Amino acid sequence: MIAELGHFALVLALAVALVQATVPLYGAHRGSARLMDMAAPAALTQLLFVAVSFFALMHAFVVSDFSVSNVAENSHSLKPMLYKVTGVWGNHEGSMLLWVLILALFGGMIAMGGRRLPSTLAARTIGIQGLIGVAFLAYILLTSNPFLRLDPAPLDGRDLNPLLQDPGLAFHPPFLYLGYVGLSSVFSFAVAALLEGRVDPAWARWVRPWTLVAWAALTLGIVLGSWWAYYELGWGGWWFWDPVENASFMPWLVATALLHSAIVVEKRDALKIWTILLAILAFSLSLMGTFLVRSGVLTSVHAFATDPTRGVFILGLLVVAIGGALALFAWRAPQMASGAVFQPVSREGALILNNLFLSVACATVLLGTLFPLFAEAFEYKVSVGVPYYNLTFGPLMVPLLLAVPFGPMLAWKRGTLTGAFQRLVAAAVAAVAVTAVAAALSGGTPLLASFGMGLATWLVVGALCDLAERTRAFRAPVGDTWARARGLPGSVWGMALAHGGLGIFLAGVVAVESWKTEELVIMAPGDTVTVAGHTLRFDGVERVRGPNYMSVTGNLAVTDGRFAGKTLTPEKRFYPVQRMPTTEAAIVTGLLGDLYVVMGEVQENGSWSVRIFDNPLAPWLWGGAGLMVLGGCLSLADRRLRVGAPQPRARRKPAEAAA
Amino acid sequence: MMTRRKKLRIGLIAGGLAVFAVAVGLVLTALQDQVVFFFSPTEVADKGVAPGQRIRVGGLVVDGSVIRGQGRQVAFDITDTANSMTVRYDGILPDLFREGQGIVAEGAFGDDGAFMASTVLAKHDETYMPPEVADALKKQGHWQEGAQ
Repeated sequence: MIAELGHFALVLALAVALVQATVPLYGAHRGSARLMDMAAPAALTQLLFVAVSFFALMHAFVVSDFSVSNVAENSHSLKPMLYKVTGVWGNHEGSMLLWVLILALFGGMIAMGGRRLPSTLAARTIGIQGLIGVAFLAYILLTSNPFLRLDPAPLDGRDLNPLLQDPGLAFHPPFLYLGYVGLSSVFSFAVAALLEGRVDPAWARWVRPWTLVAWAALTLGIVLGSWWAYYELGWGGWWFWDPVENASFMPWLVATALLHSAIVVEKRDALKIWTILLAILAFSLSLMGTFLVRSGVLTSVHAFATDPTRGVFILGLLVVAIGGALALFAWRAPQMASGAVFQPVSREGALILNNLFLSVACATVLLGTLFPLFAEAFEYKVSVGVPYYNLTFGPLMVPLLLAVPFGPMLAWKRGTLTGAFQRLVAAAVAAVAVTAVAAALSGGTPLLASFGMGLATWLVVGALCDLAERTRAFRAPVGDTWARARGLPGSVWGMALAHGGLGIFLAGVVAVESWKTEELVIMAPGDTVTVAGHTLRFDGVERVRGPNYMSVTGNLAVTDGRFAGKTLTPEKRFYPVQRMPTTEAAIVTGLLGDLYVVMGEVQENGSWSVRIFDNPLAPWLWGGAGLMVLGGCLSLADRRLRVGAPQPRARRKPAEAAA
Repeated sequence: MMTRRKKLRIGLIAGGLAVFAVAVGLVLTALQDQVVFFFSPTEVADKGVAPGQRIRVGGLVVDGSVIRGQGRQVAFDITDTANSMTVRYDGILPDLFREGQGIVAEGAFGDDGAFMASTVLAKHDETYMPPEVADALKKQGHWQEGAQ
């Protein structure tokens, strides 16, 4: 009954979305306030219906209603409750429902916050959001209905893929979708602006929080996915340049560029056409990512069994959305006046450099990801792997990262490089020193890695220099600096945190990729082995029974090294319902790196093959990326984003007086 | 005023083109050297592959062909039902590796004529079939849509 209710709510949501997608757009065109006023209630009603539908599906999972086909195929009565709940989006149908829920959520949030927007812009934005909703709701109802019944209902379900029964992956899809779909709001704003024929600093200011939310969520989603791959798959790696990973990384690159170019629109009324284009491209790449992941056209290590017919529908959607938006762009963009002029060496110039490198780097990733498809058209079967990305993406990032600390130091309109560099001397000195220390510690191999550590230092200390400059630290009395620090806007702290986090992340990347040690050894109980300064003793295996799996757990005691005294218990698990084995890596984490152990196979004489990794600075990857997310959130909390927005006259006066 | 604006625009376009040209150069060299071709066992038998060239091979793991548990070396046969070939691998096989499963391995032929894999691609899902393997099987007429 509740499943039918969910299905029915979804149909109602589609009906409301149709109203939302047509009436406000027509009203904005005709200038009818009454028709435009339909936008906000429609968006909120659609959100309500989609939420009812989503929670109906969740209810079916929680109570293990196996008469619902989706639950029977992806759940099991013995599964822990957390994974019953997260199992809702651990399958194609449910994940698309989550997608639509987040889409409706953004539509609802724009409707709530839309009272401060000009009425036509708000109506058009919500209308476009409704249009996307129509497409995806139709997609779910026509090809991926999660509420199909089974008759007779099976006694128990087929369980969720055990790899997905994990906290990292439980929360990876919601955040990734929050990012992907969050970009839909920016897309809607951009298309609405094209319809209006007007882009101004106020527009950029309204769009910025939406971009920030999407960007921070996307960053977190990608990091959670990468972290999951690192500890759950047992391959010791964190990023494989796999098509499915690239699918999430490309929108991130463009969203990062957008975040920076929108600043130029907001502060200087320039780069408007480019910013609109980026907003369209960011969501287009999100849609393309969904298509690549859901259609299975590319060979991926992360691929799950897929149904190609569903891919065709998304491909059609993709063509209509991108084609329509770009056609509108080609038609309307030339009418937009271009803004203020500036010197190449200026804040604008630095932000353009950022955009240039990010978008070109994104293009190389796109080419590498899609190249196998092009080649297949000519009957070649090829794959593009890690070396391609190391040769293309890597070199493109170096000049960008070198330029990052300069950006905040340059003045708008016209800046000087020498002036900026004088304020970055501390960062340069620290970078050279760290390069020298890294080269001495590693014996200079590989030399590039030492420079990488220097570059990471340049980023971190560069961000600190910026904060010191703004608070006059070390030059003014401490109290004065403290007062200034407290007065700094959230966006400044956010930027410093994000840029510094990028540096810490880079240090993690360089150290793990360059100085990782990996050994495969055969160990009998009692054997010891030393890998990268860690001595481990194998104390045999024991059999353990988990809630819905059996496990062979190895015991390895660390007898010497940084982690002496710790015990590692890597597991080989077997999930009987899915008849699927999985590997659980055992990881001990310290500030300087991870010791990572995976069980291999039992040998004929009863010993085991064991794979041991020493991953230096691995936690810095997650820490650095986490700081970037935090930076995004701090920037979002900036009160200028709210106070600065135009408000009714009566309320603006006291706000000004207070300021 | 107009000339300054023009200068700015020309400068931006020139800079953009320069970065783009560098990127195109990087991409072309990388694609030339780093693209890995896929071969089915039949294509390996027909065309031959030079020792040392990095390739991907794929097929179904032949029942009873897996020799493991003797040190770190593992050997198994893969087939596209017309031809088969032996793959050697020095490492831990993915969890979902089993006989009858479609797999893709990346590596190169050694001078002794044996294929040495450096990676055996793992999947997260046991019903997943790599598209290349599905195509190779289709070519041999042993594939029914949805019958995996």
